Amino acid sequence: MKERNFFRLFSLSLISSWLLFFALAPFLFIVVTSLLTRDINNFVSIPFTFANYSIVLEHAFQQAFLNSMYLGGGATILCLLVAYPFAYFLANVKEKYRGILLLLVIIPFWTNSLIRTYALVFILKTKGLLNNTLLALGLINEPFEIYYTEVAIFIGLVYTLLPFMVLPLYSTLSKMDKTLLEAANDLGANKFRSFFHITLPLSVPGIVAGCSMVFLPALGMFYVPDILGGGRELLLGNYVKSQFLNAQNWPEGAATGVFMTAIMGLLFLLYKFSTRKTESKGVFYE
Amino acid sequence: MSNIFQKIWAIGVYIFLYLPLVVLILFSFNISKFAVSWKGFTWKWYEKLLSNTGLIDAAINTLVIAFLSATAAVILGTLTALCLQQYRFRGKQVVKSLLFVVMIAPDIVLAISFVVLFIFLGISQGFIALLIAHITFCFPFVAVTVLSRLDGFNKYILDAANDLGASSWQTFRYVVFPMIKPAVFAGWLLSFTLSMDDVIISSFVTGPGYEVLPLKVFSMVKLGVSPEVNALSAIMVVVTIVIVFTAQLLLKEKR
Repeated sequence: MKERNFFRLFSLSLISSWLLFFALAPFLFIVVTSLLTRDINNFVSIPFTFANYSIVLEHAFQQAFLNSMYLGGGATILCLLVAYPFAYFLANVKEKYRGILLLLVIIPFWTNSLIRTYALVFILKTKGLLNNTLLALGLINEPFEIYYTEVAIFIGLVYTLLPFMVLPLYSTLSKMDKTLLEAANDLGANKFRSFFHITLPLSVPGIVAGCSMVFLPALGMFYVPDILGGGRELLLGNYVKSQFLNAQNWPEGAATGVFMTAIMGLLFLLYKFSTRKTESKGVFYE
Repeated sequence: MSNIFQKIWAIGVYIFLYLPLVVLILFSFNISKFAVSWKGFTWKWYEKLLSNTGLIDAAINTLVIAFLSATAAVILGTLTALCLQQYRFRGKQVVKSLLFVVMIAPDIVLAISFVVLFIFLGISQGFIALLIAHITFCFPFVAVTVLSRLDGFNKYILDAANDLGASSWQTFRYVVFPMIKPAVFAGWLLSFTLSMDDVIISSFVTGPGYEVLPLKVFSMVKLGVSPEVNALSAIMVVVTIVIVFTAQLLLKEKR
């Protein structure tokens, strides 16, 4: 019994102290920083103030916020549309192929996403691969102007975040009770009907989880608009980055971070709500 | 959704995911530096890469961090999963919530949190900071993966092992570990992938003292990235695939 108690004590203290020091403490520090005053020499100083939160009234912040909602929201919807049929395919493919097909989804991630985003430039440039191919085939007469537009940013965001939509969707769809579909079939429902009345409602937790895992990171992906959008379309991530790394205005950057955490909280409530409706515990804690 | 449509759609998605990689590798063999058109085959970017120590160091650092943080994250994450499944303890809900928050918090929020923490603790930008940050954002994913596997198995097996006189270590070694091995491996792979792919957290917590690939490449983007980066990426893709598949084969043979 002694060794078991030792193991319990050791692992519980390791886990709690790691989470305390490197997860809880940093979050609290960010909240505190957002309430301090900017200081050129020491990054921050007292007095405490709520003034940093007045950034929500500033034009630059509002612009970044609206852009983020538009670009992040758009990318999320596009990811969902692309990923759903794909995840459905993965969930229904023969068991022995599933492992390799899932691995194929994550292999591109072993090349850093910054490098892959740069590879997209090669394809999307005005004199890039896409335009050259289409021109050579005679399908278009004028090259598309995609590079440095929001279309390029959407492509970049969808490209980087697609697997984060695929995996939660796959996880819910593959666990779905297939006998429900057989029952629906026996009762005379056509495929269309059983999809909209059974598959889709049961996959709502996966949809909400996937959407959160795409939308939230999308708000912060500063390098995608930097590289593909020419830095004109600012995301909240670009705003935070410039406050922290260029303007040395940590309190306002931290306030933006707290603001983003609030958005995260809202999405989490939505997720809770969606899982309660389908009475499953969802994909995060199965 | 019909079968044919699904298959075509899936192939389309794979093409979308792999096209940039293929382009990257293809153009590592292109003679011309900037042109997108094909000017002929060459090895010269690979030769140039050999003398570009800065770039090679950054690549090695990236791999070292990914390997170390994935390994540490697997240990920490597996312990977390075991504790959450086997013990009742005060603050269990807090642990669960923190894991969840770390998993879904935007990288940029984690990044600035680490910056403030490391300044406060006096840890300077570099290896240690990067390692701590990567372990922290990876291990909750391992914990969840292992936990979902643990939930699936019968608790009485543990009692049986105990009744038959197995020590805790023996129970872990011969009963629990074989069962969670696939999840542990999947968790390692996921952590390794997340670490290799990370741009945002790395660009905040490390600096010129310990350069990793995304930082190095980001500083080149404005001037035009040289095809040496393509060559390097090609090598890294091949090396990683070989490592992961060898590991999987070795694990399979032992079974």
